[in-house]
Amino acid sequence: MADSITLRVTRYQPEVDDEPRAQDFDVPLRENWVVLDGLNYIKDRLDGTLSYRWSCRMGICGSCGMMVDGEPALTCATFLVDHAPGPIRVEPLANFPVVRDLVVDIGDFLEKLPRVSPWIVRDDDIPVDEGESLQTPEELADYKQYSMCINCMLCYSACPVYGLDPDFIGPAAIALAQRYNLDSRDDGAAKRLDVLIHPDGVWGCTFVGECTTACPKDVDPAGAIQRYKLTAAMETIKSYVSPGGGP
Amino acid sequence: MTTAHDVVLVGGGGAGLRAAIAIAEARPELDVAVVSKVYPMRSHTVSAEGGAAGVIGADDSLDEHIYDTISGSDWLADQDAVEMFVEEAPRELIRLEHWGCPWSREPDGRVAVRPFGGMKKQRTWFAADKTGFHMLHTLFQTSLKYGTIHRYDEWFVTKLVVDDGVIQGVVAIELSTGRIETMTAKAVILATGGCGRVFPFTTNAAIKTGDGMSLAYRAGAPLKDMEFVQYHPTGLPFTGILITEAARAEGGWLLNKDGYRYLQDYDLGKPEPTPVLRSMELGPRDRLSQAFVHEVEEGRAIDTPYGPAVHLDLRHLGAKVIDAKIPFVRELCLKYQNVDPAAELVQVRPVVHYMMGGVHTDIHGATPVKGLYAAGEVACVSINGANRLGSNSLPELLVFGARAGRAAAEYAAGASGPTRAGLRQADDEHRRIWRELRGREPNGNERIADLREQMQHTMEGGAGIYRTGDSLTKAVDTLHEFQGRRDQARIEDHSHTFNTELLTFLELSAMLDVAETIVYSALRREESRGAHQRTDYSARDNDRFLAHSLAHRASDGSCQIRYLPVTITRWPVGERVYGR
Ligand SMILES: Cc1cc2nc3c(=O)[nH]c(=O)nc-3n(C[C@H](O)[C@H](O)[C@H](O)COP(=O)(O)OP(=O)(O)OC[C@H]3O[C@@H](n4cnc5c(N)ncnc54)[C@H](O)[C@@H]3O)c2cc1C
Ligand code: SF4
Ligand code: FES
Repeated sequence: MADSITLRVTRYQPEVDDEPRAQDFDVPLRENWVVLDGLNYIKDRLDGTLSYRWSCRMGICGSCGMMVDGEPALTCATFLVDHAPGPIRVEPLANFPVVRDLVVDIGDFLEKLPRVSPWIVRDDDIPVDEGESLQTPEELADYKQYSMCINCMLCYSACPVYGLDPDFIGPAAIALAQRYNLDSRDDGAAKRLDVLIHPDGVWGCTFVGECTTACPKDVDPAGAIQRYKLTAAMETIKSYVSPGGGP
Repeated sequence: MTTAHDVVLVGGGGAGLRAAIAIAEARPELDVAVVSKVYPMRSHTVSAEGGAAGVIGADDSLDEHIYDTISGSDWLADQDAVEMFVEEAPRELIRLEHWGCPWSREPDGRVAVRPFGGMKKQRTWFAADKTGFHMLHTLFQTSLKYGTIHRYDEWFVTKLVVDDGVIQGVVAIELSTGRIETMTAKAVILATGGCGRVFPFTTNAAIKTGDGMSLAYRAGAPLKDMEFVQYHPTGLPFTGILITEAARAEGGWLLNKDGYRYLQDYDLGKPEPTPVLRSMELGPRDRLSQAFVHEVEEGRAIDTPYGPAVHLDLRHLGAKVIDAKIPFVRELCLKYQNVDPAAELVQVRPVVHYMMGGVHTDIHGATPVKGLYAAGEVACVSINGANRLGSNSLPELLVFGARAGRAAAEYAAGASGPTRAGLRQADDEHRRIWRELRGREPNGNERIADLREQMQHTMEGGAGIYRTGDSLTKAVDTLHEFQGRRDQARIEDHSHTFNTELLTFLELSAMLDVAETIVYSALRREESRGAHQRTDYSARDNDRFLAHSLAHRASDGSCQIRYLPVTITRWPVGERVYGR
């Protein structure tokens, strides 16, 4: 094994650069080093001005998503040796505006998130004194997968629809809406319907499935979208046949 | 620029978000700002794995949880605080259930509980082994409901403004633009989490740099019990990734290089094939980490490229149990260590994990600075004393987050706005940060990373699992020297856009403050208790040290230690007995 590898890192500082450029850095190639270790090596030893986000280094905080050799990935879970001999291209997540170097602006997602009411909506309020609501392991299993999203944005970066139409509400937001819709404790499905059946909601998705492939946490956002399309179709039919005009 | 809020929360982790919701619910007319250096759902609470303790089983009682916590703390916890905490924890966990937290369940639909280290009954609620992740996302998503909560995501607080002992607000910098802003507030709550990064090998995320502790210390609020640093017995060598205690609670064994369950030699009980509560692998963390050091000294540890380790054996549990109960453990071992715990032994070693000490508060989260509150790992109430029990921290975030929120809301509703002197102080801080951003003249030649690494090794050498007066005195001197070298730090990045080099400098400054309080407090405590073990004073000394240490920052910048008696109510000081 060679003892070093080149990271070809995107640099962009809006105050001085007209457009992003690539810069090469040689970092040690160690068996248990991930791409993020390489970036930290650069920052600590070679160039303190490199900017990127990270925190947990255990694949759970969702901070460190970047394009590695053209694919969206968590850099704390991507080993250098798997991309040897290099050079390894490390670029900011695709489909997002770049703030600087490897940092992208995900404000759009944070703004969309509340629109799907990602919280338990109840017709009644249960007092704490009544204790926990019952939920069987099977009921938990119904939505559990969709609750595993770490908001890493890899799916948005992989999604060709989002790339063309930034108004598309996107895979993770829809998966999260489904997470609550399918929760036996929730009464909010009707409230979420409008946003989801809007043209920028589930119907925006042309079922490419790239989001599910990109997802590091097996959330299967594509599955959530497909499943909701069925629900949405049913609800639309219902609203035509029921005299009340829908839910 | 100046903006005004009624309450400013520094920190958007479990404690911060719980506090924000408590304020929004108690006083919807108040304007709340949540300022966080990372997006709230990136906060470190997300990494917590094992679970959250709260009495719920029919065979359990509040008194037993209280006793476990107090004996676990080696009698340094305040008993009134522990009583209140244990009483309120189940209600908080239920509330979180109502907000949607996907707690693991029994077949009949009730919440499931699991055993945990140092706990005599099964009372640890869990969401598989991503408890903190689910708690944090539930809190974050629920917080989106409230229109009165304003978020400042990716803003870094650099100073607490205090005039005449009363809080005035904070100064913060927006990372994406470099904008510096004064946020005035009638009350401020610190919820900035712990400081594991002052040590080289830690389970703590990169953001855990003790900022809030340093902010409070510099604002005149003392730091309590800083000598008590928890090592978790099972971290993966090299990465420091935590293998949760739940792995042992589900039946995992710790073996030395001879395949022997060595804990039986350390007065922790007899080896049984299935887990026994408060015994062997389910003993408290301080005792397990200390046993490890002895095994290393006796030459019975396994040598790895990253230092000595022992083995965690989960093989007998089988893939099915592992996947059902601790799937994240398997995922982490496979992805980061390339071992499959269902088939192979996992190398583990003690790793710095949690800070028992923190900003001194009362049971309402109030600090001695009027209008300044603290909750979560940054605070020290104290319910953890000399050693925290696993799974007591997550409920602590909820109980004390909510309490601090309510208390701060009450206070803010009756308090007045900022003083002129306060605003002037804030202006000075703007100028200081501005200077660092534009480039200091002359720039220094110390590399930030070098200073940080040297500080971390000083801490490990001087204030690790075992300490002596000599090692601590040396650490005190070295750290003192680092304070000077910090001013020589080199900042090459002068950009206003996402300047992470400035950030690492500010974080290093905070860590140096925190490190200093740890070594001073440890040097002055001439006894061994819980996580603080002195080889030169190996016994517990209740006559002199049944007391909290309070580290104050004197006007000349030096660290001064005073003591505060522990509150004892119904549980007289006794011996900590495990496995018998
Ligand atoms: C790997 C791991 C596993 C754990 N497992 C368990 C467990 O199973 N059970 C248990 O009870 N405990 C566990 N703990 C402990 C527990 O998770 C933590 O003590 C707790 O989550 C801390 O929460 P917090 O809200 O106090 O702080 P954090 O979640 O760390 O949040 C701190 C917040 O403050 C913000 N902040 C910090 N500094 C600044 C600044 N200068 N300006 C602006 N914002 C700032 C951050 O952005 C963040 O939002 C675990 C800890 C670790 C490390
Ligand atoms: S759905 Fe998957 S890829 Fe998308 S944000 Fe969530 S965890 Fe990341
Ligand atoms: S650093 Fe947290 S997911 Fe990679």
